[in-house]
Amino acid sequence: MKVSYYPGCCFHGTGREFGLSVETVSKALGLELKEIEDWSCCGATAAHATNFKLSVALPAKDLIRAEKDGFKDMMVPCAACFSRLKTSQHHLNRDESLKKEVEGIVGSVYQGAITIRNAIDVFYNLIGTEAIKGRVTTALSGLKPVSYYGCLLLRPPEICAFDDYENPVLLDSIMTTLGAESRPWSYKTDCCGGSLTVSRTKLVAKLVDKLMTMAREAGANCLVTACPVCMFNLDMRASESLRLPVFYFTELMALAMGLEGPESWFKTHYVDPRPLLIGLGLI
Amino acid sequence: MGKTMGTFLEEVNKRIDGVPIQRCYHCRKCTAGCPLAFSMDHSLDKVIRLIQMGRRDEVLKSGTIWLCASCETCVTRCPNSVDVARMMDVLREMAVAERVRSKEKNILKLHRAFLACIKSRGRINEPLLIMDYKLRTGDFFSDIGLGIDLFMKGKLSLFVPRTKDMGMVRSIFRQTKKRRQEEGRS
Repeated sequence: MKVSYYPGCCFHGTGREFGLSVETVSKALGLELKEIEDWSCCGATAAHATNFKLSVALPAKDLIRAEKDGFKDMMVPCAACFSRLKTSQHHLNRDESLKKEVEGIVGSVYQGAITIRNAIDVFYNLIGTEAIKGRVTTALSGLKPVSYYGCLLLRPPEICAFDDYENPVLLDSIMTTLGAESRPWSYKTDCCGGSLTVSRTKLVAKLVDKLMTMAREAGANCLVTACPVCMFNLDMRASESLRLPVFYFTELMALAMGLEGPESWFKTHYVDPRPLLIGLGLI
Repeated sequence: MGKTMGTFLEEVNKRIDGVPIQRCYHCRKCTAGCPLAFSMDHSLDKVIRLIQMGRRDEVLKSGTIWLCASCETCVTRCPNSVDVARMMDVLREMAVAERVRSKEKNILKLHRAFLACIKSRGRINEPLLIMDYKLRTGDFFSDIGLGIDLFMKGKLSLFVPRTKDMGMVRSIFRQTKKRRQEEGRS
């Protein structure tokens, strides 16, 4: 299977191990990723908070490029990019005059033919848990993650159209497939503060500490996420006394599937997850 | 500013282009679910009320419109489908267009640094973004230790590939800015 692929800026920086693990796991599962030629940033919060049309037009340029490549599906692993591309598509589909205007700005015609999917969606719905299960060589016994979906994969539901928006379960299901004991909790979709992490760091630290406290209360020994902004905040902004290791779900898939890479990715985490994994005999 | 058509409420609703915000019956579900409500000067439903009362300056100067993290919990849970998150974007756009001095000026400075980075390189280069933000705010010392740790772990790469077709990226910026200015005048 072949899908169009929008990596996003952070895959070259703080989200490096998310990109590497998505690409490693995709390859192992026979999913071919065709990176969109010469893509640019989706604009993120900075664009939609200051200029609506910019926030629609920037992603539209790359949506149109992916359509021209002839793909049915497009994988956008970063939750923030996923949200911006989905939102742009939503506005283009519902507002004909805006669509015409944006087509004029980017100089090409938008078809609306491509399905934008986040990485959980791709691995759960296009690949399937049976196929993943067939590739598991080391069940992640003893690992007790809480699944943290955050905001932008799920909300607003009519745009994201992915999983239950108050109690999502697909990531938990992938964790169970890998042999981990996914812990139930009520903070799956609570916000980590997102980009306020730079401009209002203390607020984010407060939100993250709440999440860590609740994860501990749920009996978790780690957190698992699919968003590089959540990862940055959870991994780096928690108080020392509350910290828990945090993983991208694709890192855990690679670990359970016995693929090359996980240990070198874990080294780059701010909270080193290796002592936990060594204790459980998983590395 | 005097160049508006109709009331503040009408202007906000026109820009939202969806459910009129006066459908709000102040159940406060948005505020109850807002992760950042504790940090805001005006709660979400109070912002709606202030708009209805035409208290433009108070709204556009408020910290609330910048502290909103766009988590979209409010609009997801609103029983009347009022798009509070979109409303915040609209208010921010208006505050930027009118050059309102906000209490939360660093949040806007980060957005500006972020957009400047896209405009010059097509993609975000995190170290350059943070340096630009620090120059804009004069806040040189926060997160220095974290930055060094990240650099040592090889996570802060200075060599991020740029977008090649920068003509297209700049053209999108130029054209959307022009349109925003034209709309501001109408």
